[in-house]
Amino acid sequence: MAIMLQAEDLNVYYGQIHALHGVSFSVEEDEIVALIGANGAGKSTTLKTLSGILHSKTGSITFMGENITRTETHKLASKGLAHVPEGRRVFLQMTVRENLEMGAYSRPKGEIKDSLDDVFQRFPRLKHRKDQIAGTLSGGEQQMLAMGRALMSKPKLLMLDEPSMGLAPILVQQIFDIIKELHEAGTTILLVEQNAEMALKIANRAYVLESGRVSLSGTGKELAESDAIKKAYLGG
Amino acid sequence: MTTFIQTLIDGLSLGSIYALIALGYTMVYGIAKMLNFAHGDVIMVGAYAVIASVSMASLPPVVGLILSVVICAALGILIEFLAYKPLRKSPSLAVLITAIGVSYLLQNLALLIFGSEQLSFPQVINLPDFAFAGVQIKGVTLATLVITAVIMIALTLFIKTTKLGKAMRASSEDKDAAELMGISVNRTISITFAIGSALAAIAGIFYGASYVYIKPTTGAMPGIKAFTAAVFGGIGSIPGAMLGGIILGIIEKFSQAYISTLWADAIVFGVLVLMLVIKPTGLLGKDIKEKV
Repeated sequence: MAIMLQAEDLNVYYGQIHALHGVSFSVEEDEIVALIGANGAGKSTTLKTLSGILHSKTGSITFMGENITRTETHKLASKGLAHVPEGRRVFLQMTVRENLEMGAYSRPKGEIKDSLDDVFQRFPRLKHRKDQIAGTLSGGEQQMLAMGRALMSKPKLLMLDEPSMGLAPILVQQIFDIIKELHEAGTTILLVEQNAEMALKIANRAYVLESGRVSLSGTGKELAESDAIKKAYLGG
Repeated sequence: MTTFIQTLIDGLSLGSIYALIALGYTMVYGIAKMLNFAHGDVIMVGAYAVIASVSMASLPPVVGLILSVVICAALGILIEFLAYKPLRKSPSLAVLITAIGVSYLLQNLALLIFGSEQLSFPQVINLPDFAFAGVQIKGVTLATLVITAVIMIALTLFIKTTKLGKAMRASSEDKDAAELMGISVNRTISITFAIGSALAAIAGIFYGASYVYIKPTTGAMPGIKAFTAAVFGGIGSIPGAMLGGIILGIIEKFSQAYISTLWADAIVFGVLVLMLVIKPTGLLGKDIKEKV
């Protein structure tokens, strides 16, 4: 399979703090890859670096054969890289519809309508609330809106940062079902999760981050069965 | 009763000038989260641009007015690019002091170019005065009212419905998220400065046409009052800036007519202090609680 995203030797600093130590990993086409690890292990930092919000002092990031290490954040959406940030970060003072329109910002106006219909079909609750201000939505609905908004750009690779955070178990299940559906519909997914159990269940492959380093990697199944993982992340 | 109506109309007219300027403060604050204290001086530049092109270069008034707006819009972009953009990640105090520096720079440049003596603003808006039930309304006053009303409606529609307007709202709410959507926040900020400065130029034209004399410090007082209006209405809120400007203009004119000319400014700023005590976020300002 062709490699879609390749991150090589990322070293990221927050001022004096060395947050990522030579992180390397790859995502192949049509995969679900999970980055798991504890709070502060560098999962979100990794995604932010891929999106150009943070910058690595060394190494490179290649997406679809193109070097995007120094590409500005706002140029990535049109290349097919979408990032659903931690904490959803929907535009709380804008309507659901406007949020979705912003997701398609880099696309020509004529193509938006179809994508809007697609998103409303996948998330019927958003359709019912399309003229509502996003700030009035529940946490689960906001997560759906954040995902729908990212889908509006027709991404090749969808990066999700903690989509299950703060949601009731039934909603977590729903969100993971949606991720699986998106994957089946042909979207490649890079998933960052603290909920390792859920993430490993759906991931083809996974990387474990520990204090800014990749400590383990393997298929979702291998990692789910590994003793070290069970002890550290799965409460076994 | 005639005095009352006369004062009300004068107040509305002055208030719409404040509102135009206040929009620049509030839009820039909303998106760049900075107080652009050089904004008032753009009014002065706009007025001098008209003097230079119409009185000095004898260009037709319409050309002078358009030039003034274009020059100020370009100046806004330039100021942002040279002075504020390099400080995007600096503490807000650094940005604030830089803005004050830019303000002095503009005033002193005007002093160098046009001298310290006040110049008279050319007659660019030639409209007959109206007399209506004993009330005298100057043509300029009416033009100010009508044109600012049109501009405010247009701006509101622009922000609410256009792609760029929505991008501005998105960027003002969450810059990183806006970037992830493909919005160039830098470009959006530049455009905001251009729009704010163009509005300041229009305000400068009406101000010059109503108050006739222009000097390098002309922008300071309307600038600070419009800033007061923006805070009064709720900084960051566009309808707030419009409402705040108009209310302050009316308060100022009524204080001058019914209380005392000397006290008018004190009353205007006193009203702001009172508002900040009662509702610190301003009239229409939102107390935004961030969801974590």
